[in-house]
Amino acid sequence: MAFLSDRDQAAVRQEFEKLAGPVKLVVFSQELEAADLCRQNEALVREVAELSPDKVTVEVLNPAIDRDRAAVYGVERVPAIVVEGARDYGIRFLGIPGGYEFSNLIDSMIVASSGVPSLTAETRTALEGLAGDIDIKVFSTPT
Amino acid sequence: MRLAQHMAVASDRVRATAIEATEFPELSRSYRVSAVPKIVINDRVEFEGALPEAEFLSAVLRAAAPETA
Repeated sequence: MAFLSDRDQAAVRQEFEKLAGPVKLVVFSQELEAADLCRQNEALVREVAELSPDKVTVEVLNPAIDRDRAAVYGVERVPAIVVEGARDYGIRFLGIPGGYEFSNLIDSMIVASSGVPSLTAETRTALEGLAGDIDIKVFSTPT
Repeated sequence: MRLAQHMAVASDRVRATAIEATEFPELSRSYRVSAVPKIVINDRVEFEGALPEAEFLSAVLRAAAPETA
């Protein structure tokens, strides 16, 4: 089943013209945990990746099997997506990124592809001064 | 989520996780999510709704500040 309408696909293709470099979507799926959601999540990610096959790659991991990698990524739940650019910047999606989160997925891919965030100089300077780790969780719903 | 993601790219210290609340009811319960978006930083600072960049940054810096007794 296709998640993206022709119109969505055209919009994403246009956004993907901004991809400055390669992006990897690391998908965590575990059939025994959440079969339907994991399958849908994986299918959505593959549809997105196909819109820029030269820049976007997909890797699927099972946290029960690929335990070491899951631990490195800090992924404990499925379905999950890690958005990586030249390196892992710490961008994670838990659950299928539908609705508003879909735009955020696309935006996160674009910023990860360049490594250049759209933030003010004040924000960037303040973040450079962080002495400890910051974990930001954003809860949302698809509608 | 957009600001959080950009902050993650700006700093190796920052991790940004978007959580689909209805798919993770136990997480949503433990973080007392009643309205979305709900943002929780270091399990210490939380707010609901989108904030402008400067205020979002203040929330991050509050979460980063040492605990006061």
